Amino acid sequence: MSPRAALAVPLLVLALLSPAARLRAETSDPAAFAELLQLLAARQHGHVSFTEEHFFKMLERPLESSGELLYEAPDHLEKRTLAPQPETLVLDHGVVTARRGQRVRVLALRDYPQIVPFVESVRATLAGDRAALGRYFRPQFSGTLADWSLLLLPADPTVSRSVREIHITGARERIATVEISLTDGDRSVLTVGPDLAP
Amino acid sequence: MTGSARAATTVWALFTVLCGALVARATYTADLSAFLPRAPSAAQRLLVEQLRAGPAVHLLLLGITGGDATTRAGVSAAVAAQLRSDPAFSAVSNGDAAQLARDREVIFAHRYQLSPQMQPARFTAAGLHAALSDSLDALASPEGLLLKPLFVRDPTGETLAILDTFSSAQPPHSTAGVWSSADGSRALLLVQLRAAGSDTDAQQRACATIRRAFAAALAQLPPGTVAPRLLMTGPPLQAVEARATIRREVLRLSILSTLLIALLLLIVYRSAAALLLTLVPMMTGALAGIAAVALGFGYVHGITLAFGVTLIGEAVDYSIYLFIQRSNDFAHSVWPTVRLGMFTSICGFAALLPSGFTGLAQLGLYSIAGLIVAAAVTRFVLPGWAMGMHPLRDLNGLGLRLLRIVSVLRPARALLVLVPLAALAVLYLHRGALWSRELSALSPTPQSYARLDDQLRADAGATESGYLAIVSGADREAALTSAQALEARLSPLVDAGVIGGFDSPARYLPARALQQARQRSLPPAAELRARLDAALAGLPLRASVLEPFLHDAEQARTAAPLSEADLSGTSLAAATGALLVGGAQGWSALLPVTAIATGGELSPAAAARLQAAVSADPALHASLLDLKGEADRLYSGYLADAVRLAVIGFGAIVVLLLCVLRSPLRVARVVAPLALAVLTVGALLVGAGERLSILHVVGMLLIVAVGSNYALFFDRRGAQPQQGSAALTLASLLTANLATVLAFGVLAFSRVPVLADLGSTVAPGAFLALLFSALLAPDPHAAAGHGAR
Repeated sequence: MSPRAALAVPLLVLALLSPAARLRAETSDPAAFAELLQLLAARQHGHVSFTEEHFFKMLERPLESSGELLYEAPDHLEKRTLAPQPETLVLDHGVVTARRGQRVRVLALRDYPQIVPFVESVRATLAGDRAALGRYFRPQFSGTLADWSLLLLPADPTVSRSVREIHITGARERIATVEISLTDGDRSVLTVGPDLAP
Repeated sequence: MTGSARAATTVWALFTVLCGALVARATYTADLSAFLPRAPSAAQRLLVEQLRAGPAVHLLLLGITGGDATTRAGVSAAVAAQLRSDPAFSAVSNGDAAQLARDREVIFAHRYQLSPQMQPARFTAAGLHAALSDSLDALASPEGLLLKPLFVRDPTGETLAILDTFSSAQPPHSTAGVWSSADGSRALLLVQLRAAGSDTDAQQRACATIRRAFAAALAQLPPGTVAPRLLMTGPPLQAVEARATIRREVLRLSILSTLLIALLLLIVYRSAAALLLTLVPMMTGALAGIAAVALGFGYVHGITLAFGVTLIGEAVDYSIYLFIQRSNDFAHSVWPTVRLGMFTSICGFAALLPSGFTGLAQLGLYSIAGLIVAAAVTRFVLPGWAMGMHPLRDLNGLGLRLLRIVSVLRPARALLVLVPLAALAVLYLHRGALWSRELSALSPTPQSYARLDDQLRADAGATESGYLAIVSGADREAALTSAQALEARLSPLVDAGVIGGFDSPARYLPARALQQARQRSLPPAAELRARLDAALAGLPLRASVLEPFLHDAEQARTAAPLSEADLSGTSLAAATGALLVGGAQGWSALLPVTAIATGGELSPAAAARLQAAVSADPALHASLLDLKGEADRLYSGYLADAVRLAVIGFGAIVVLLLCVLRSPLRVARVVAPLALAVLTVGALLVGAGERLSILHVVGMLLIVAVGSNYALFFDRRGAQPQQGSAALTLASLLTANLATVLAFGVLAFSRVPVLADLGSTVAPGAFLALLFSALLAPDPHAAAGHGAR
């Protein structure tokens, strides 16, 4: 960790812990955002299909994948990629288990801060967890409850090193798209499909 | 002074000077070697080799606790940076960014020599197509984050494949960017010392360097920060602390027991001259004992000197008999009994000589030499010196009071029948927990240290199953080649789920032949370019993007083999250093086996399959070491050895008494109180929750060896009632006994478990031996009626 980053982390923690700061952050949210968070928090589980496109500058066309997303409130999230290669990614109580072929990786989120934004952005949004969102991002809400858009700008230096922004759209408690743009210009777009049987 | 007394004094002076010179020139050690046995079987030799010189003896575990996580991480990084610049340390790992970056850099630079996937087939058009498709799939997965920055230079994913084989053992957790305990409350560093396991001085310097580096890191903290604390464990520190403890204990114990015994004698004698004279045989005996050990073993272990404190209590006995019994004819009335007592003691100590425990063998020799010299000085030198001395105050009064106490207690002696019954009952009730089974019972380090060590090892994720596969070779390359052959035997067991995994030095430093074979998997530049063009058909990738790959591959084809020097400063060097051990007899590669998941132990079936796999190829000469099982067997053998020696020593004492006393009845009268004392002490120890260790067993032998002195005096009174005064004999016996109890009693309060075990057995045992001997002695009045035999 660079000296500047080492200094920034405690400052950030202080800022987040300070009640005044939290109060200001919450009061600046529009009412529709608060309502959305409540809607999201009330939802206990979800099971949907998804398609995802990864845009890499070095590739001539995007890579496509598809599969299912499974969510149990508040901190169990499963991404089962079925094509082109079966692969599962399970987030449970802060531990990520990635299975690809024979290989299993178990990562505690706390140990791998670089993957936190990719997992926490979706999980915290699904859980309506305003505090968790605020830990890594500055959320900017726009639109209406029926057609909303949430722009997450990195607030944490370990996040801002790799992520430029995360853009989530949805209608009421249903998420429609998650677009992650990286600082190197690559990006991915995840589109949520219809509900599947629970 | 008579002529013979003068001659004796001259001999004594010459002898003392000679011993003094030997003692001054002797080599003294205080390392852990005295606690390691001279092991018999091949497997045990391997184990002892591991304990003595294996990779673990170089490893220190550091924990940083207290303060907040960021402070701990900062201190961890600062300490690591400081230690990495010090040549005393061969590796410092704390999981910080600097270390990860250096590891990745080396792995990336040598990926075509390290990757287990390197096969000629992988770089054909078809092989490349498959590898690239795989990597493109991975790019879209969360792993893509790791892969993407490497992709254009390593599109076949060799770097990640290497990292995968390396991380078969889970690395420690990480908090605020450095390794930590699972709960994040302790930052963790693994430090490897370059010094040999036997170089305690270098280990001490290294520990001091670490403490200084930590203090320097604390000094850099902003004012007002809660300063974290440093925790440290590991064999090097253990060796340093054991030496310090033994040195401190030897000094403390010998001063304390000398003072206590001097005080006792001053109270009894009320004569400084008698006190000084009493100390002469003891000091001469101690000198002679150390000189004998130096001559016999070539070095004197610190623990021997600590054990030797007990000699202080025993050697004064002889002069106590001389001074208190005030016999006009010491040489004829008292000396034969003293001499026989000395021989029985020697029988006991001689049984220790063949012990596998160096400390015990040295104690045996030390005590034998010490006792002979102390007795001889008392017999031949002291009477001449004491001639001009004022007679001591008369202890007849004390003796008569003691006689009355004994005669009051005597009717109760029928109750002594209950003692063995009660003792046996206690022993029977505790039969499940009678013996200590842990090799660590011999370790001079306290329990609290072991707990901390367990904690930090758990933090470090050291989940060894306790099995270690070992292959050897004439040189490093041969050992690595054999390790690779053994890897091929173990891998199927991992796939079959029999074992969780294993580590091997050849993963981090493959044998040159294997490296070159891997490099030859890469075709020449033009050929590779043509194959890559063919491979890219149907993939969303232009060949031009992969120019860096073509460049790196061409370089790697002809690169010099990866050597140990290339690894320097990485955690790969730490792993190789730990798993590849060179010695005078060649090199050994160690392959620690991990159990499946968190179980920690292999099932017997799994262990059998592992053993079969390791010994499948006889040409490999691989062996499997069951560390825990072998350590337990070692200790059991050790304990059985001690019991056998104690029984032999006891038998020798009985035979000696039979030869001298020529009466089974008298021998039985001498031995019975001693056997009772041993039983009682055993029951008391077990009843108090102790598990009997080797030193307890040896202590029981010493109860017999030392206690027989008292029993013999009662026997003499029974056999020759007209000899000497019963009252004075009893007074001298009590004084001598108290001196012995004091010396062993001081030992019982030692912080070194082996010393405490010995002391807590012999101190009460010696006293009970006197008490039971007095009670069981033939009635003096009845004996007087029959007259001398």
